[in-house]
Amino acid sequence: MSGATFDKMTPGPVAATGRRLPDPKQCQRFAEQMLRLALKAGADGAEVLVRDGNELEVKVRLGETELIKEAGSRALGLRVIKQQRAAVTYTSDFSPAGLERFARDSVDLAALAEPDPEGALPAREEMARTVADLDLWDEAVLSIDVAEGLRRARVGEAAALKLDKRVTNSDGAVFGRTVGASAFATSAGFSGAVRGTHVSFAVEPICDDADGKKRNGVYWTASRFASGLADPEAVGLEAARRTLAKLGSRKIPTGAAPIVFSPDAGRSLVGQLAGVMSGGALWRRSTYLAGREGTLVASPLCELLDDPLIPRGPGSRAFDGEGLPSRTNVLVSGGILRTFLCDVYAARKLGRRSTGSAARAVGGGPHVGFSNLILRPGRTPAAELERLDRGLYVTDLMGFGFNGVSGDYSQGAAGFWIEGGERAFPVGEITVSASFDDLWKRVDAVGDDLDTRSSVQCPTFRVSEMMIAGT
Amino acid sequence: MSASGGIPTAPPARVTQPAASPLDGIDAALAERLLSAALGSGGHYADLYFEHRAGADYVLEDGRVRTVGRGVTLGLGVRVLRGDATGYAYTEELAEDRMLAAARTAGQIASSGDAPGPIAVRPVPLADRYPVSEPSFARAGVDKIALLRRADVAARAADPRIVRVEASLAEELREVLVVTSDGHLARDSQPMIRFGVSAVAEEGGERQVGRSGGAGRFGMEIFARPGQSPEEHGREAARLAIGMLHAVEAPAGPMEVVLGAGESGILLHEAVGHGLEADFNRKKTSNYAGQMGQTVASPLCTVVDDGTIKNERGSINVDDEGNVGQRNVLIENGVLVGYMQDRLSARHFGIAPSGNGRRQSFRHEPLPRMTNTFLAPGTDDPEDIIKSVTRGVYAKRFSGGQVNISNGDFVFALTESYLIEDGKLTAPLKGTNLIGNGPEVLRKVTMLGGDFELSQGTWTCGKDGQSVPVGIGTPTMKIAEITVGGTKTR
Repeated sequence: MSGATFDKMTPGPVAATGRRLPDPKQCQRFAEQMLRLALKAGADGAEVLVRDGNELEVKVRLGETELIKEAGSRALGLRVIKQQRAAVTYTSDFSPAGLERFARDSVDLAALAEPDPEGALPAREEMARTVADLDLWDEAVLSIDVAEGLRRARVGEAAALKLDKRVTNSDGAVFGRTVGASAFATSAGFSGAVRGTHVSFAVEPICDDADGKKRNGVYWTASRFASGLADPEAVGLEAARRTLAKLGSRKIPTGAAPIVFSPDAGRSLVGQLAGVMSGGALWRRSTYLAGREGTLVASPLCELLDDPLIPRGPGSRAFDGEGLPSRTNVLVSGGILRTFLCDVYAARKLGRRSTGSAARAVGGGPHVGFSNLILRPGRTPAAELERLDRGLYVTDLMGFGFNGVSGDYSQGAAGFWIEGGERAFPVGEITVSASFDDLWKRVDAVGDDLDTRSSVQCPTFRVSEMMIAGT
Repeated sequence: MSASGGIPTAPPARVTQPAASPLDGIDAALAERLLSAALGSGGHYADLYFEHRAGADYVLEDGRVRTVGRGVTLGLGVRVLRGDATGYAYTEELAEDRMLAAARTAGQIASSGDAPGPIAVRPVPLADRYPVSEPSFARAGVDKIALLRRADVAARAADPRIVRVEASLAEELREVLVVTSDGHLARDSQPMIRFGVSAVAEEGGERQVGRSGGAGRFGMEIFARPGQSPEEHGREAARLAIGMLHAVEAPAGPMEVVLGAGESGILLHEAVGHGLEADFNRKKTSNYAGQMGQTVASPLCTVVDDGTIKNERGSINVDDEGNVGQRNVLIENGVLVGYMQDRLSARHFGIAPSGNGRRQSFRHEPLPRMTNTFLAPGTDDPEDIIKSVTRGVYAKRFSGGQVNISNGDFVFALTESYLIEDGKLTAPLKGTNLIGNGPEVLRKVTMLGGDFELSQGTWTCGKDGQSVPVGIGTPTMKIAEITVGGTKTR
């Protein structure tokens, strides 16, 4: 639901009950110790990622507590290189004997891989030298305990249920809190540690529709800071309004029409677009944008950037997954594709330099990833995008209909039919389709309402024409 | 390791079989102490889920094994139920004090109540649904890499327009021990192997990808099964990529659709499977809630969820809350006869659990989940089904699907499909979607083939952020009308 956070890769929730807080210094000690062990075991080079997180999740449904989940989780990921052969391994066993054996086994495992000169660690001069404080830690988050989480969930859900008697059921209200630390150490010449907090709250009411169908809707709030969360009651009310608006949803006739994407729906399209601007996809010849740098790949209204350095940003990071300094990268400006994002490997494969865009999880090696991916807002008030004689406003997209290799795009959609500049009635069970290249080139308006709740951020935007399949 | 001793150790990567499992040290007495602690605040039920998972993966890209990966996770999840409410906690440290702390944390869901009575656990006898003749972890890594190479060579040899091949093999051995406060103790060893090939084809400015793969609770013997050799997957990936080079725009709008045997089981999974999971019906958030005994599909349709199929990807000797895997009929000749139950929902409904309580890992609470879900065969000749269509779409392979439980709308993405014109398959179609409503579409099943197939088995199902492996299957079927999400109007 929320976007990329520090603990996106560490599975699951965790324990406040008498449990230590994740400590970046301790993570860093483990990382550096592991690095020494790996080199001692015979690795020519190694890099270590340690993550430690606590998570709390509480859920209330129809006024009753449904779930209290609390736990702490810690894991270590290692990449070793010996004679140009690489192995990627992970463990949750932090005992001294366990770590030593893990180092030896990882180095042995690398012998199975084949020599890959391009897979070497980054050059020393590429590494980050400082670790910027991006203001990702909020002490106040720690004081939100089980009781307070449950209280917020009760208030939010009750507000939704009270708004209108047509709100007949609920999939509940969920409060979530994660607190995490991570450290990265590499023999290429970098060691750093960071910590972060994240809180989220969502309410999902359900209405009974006339035809026996049920209609569900959701509204949520998320922030790295406790003070950044919307009021639970306001979230509940907005969730109920969104759900009520879907009552009476129907199909519409098949045909072409202009389509307005809400930030909630547009976010997934922005993520898919950035996915085909990955250097990993480029060297794998797995993007329809291969060979298109410097050319128009979207409407001149489109500006797309990846910015890891936003203070308090959901996807912010001080350094990338290989220890290179984070930097802001412009992918598209004036509709022109300016660059593909690269980690060190993709850059070597393509004869370029890394853009500092490596993502790294405990369970896998570095790969090209995004931090805060932003389709820049325009100046048009979002409401004006709906000034159409006829068109579709899309609130939800579903399914797996994007093929980044060929650029074919088709997804299930729901939203509202627009007539005479007004939302005339709710729409469901239709698909929207176009070639992805056409979709982005046909953007004819970009709203001013950037939604910053998640790490993929966009405003409302409009595509002049797509195919709708319905009745 | 001793029952109260320190952190169990992961098997070293070199050792080919987890020789002594860390779970060996968990005895009934320790489990009983932990369950008593979990129920100390008044919960009515508790369970322990110990899990040791070893995984390895091998990837061949552009003819080279770039990296090899391996990992081990170990932990305990403790769940406490009080009424319909769940308390959950877990720990990766299996020292007794850490496990007791997790048990008490999970117990906080209950705030008052009687101390638990004596708990006595005994082993549940289990069938062996996944006999393995050649355990993959016992084989050297080089043998697995050789398989990747064979797939790579076969895909490249298939056509000069294949410009890139990637092949991967992943293996996993999951040892679980489930102990419940009502006395079940079940230990299971769950193997999984997955093989996949993707091939990129280029011609002119056009670029397409094809994928083929197989998976199941097998060892290396999977590669001797029909259609599962590395060469067959390599050639199939190449065939799909090449075939798509000349694909035409898919039509848009409602039309007759024929779904091929096997992979099309995704329709059942999305259109009815999720909607028949008991939690959604207990909460009345599913569009199938309150419809038990009613006609919800064409009388041709009998839908079964079966966790007992030998070596299938979704099969389970025991579910993740200590109940043995079962075969459950969900819809019989169009009539809704059963939901998939976990313990929590079964207690709510006052019936027995159906062996569908599954979880992604020790970090996750169990939920009612599918195992292998399929549509039983009919009697029509598959050829006749295609011949009966004047203009429509024939769909054979899919990349994924999604359903909205509440309103029943579902969508699934086609990666291999063809136009049907005058009863014959003609042009291949570009990637598109089918969208429909579960109960409405199942009422429109008008022909059902006798050619039942299970999918080759690479499916993973996601729900509430948890992924579990599942199987699907179906015979060839005809749907009188469903919306095809293409770009071309008639």
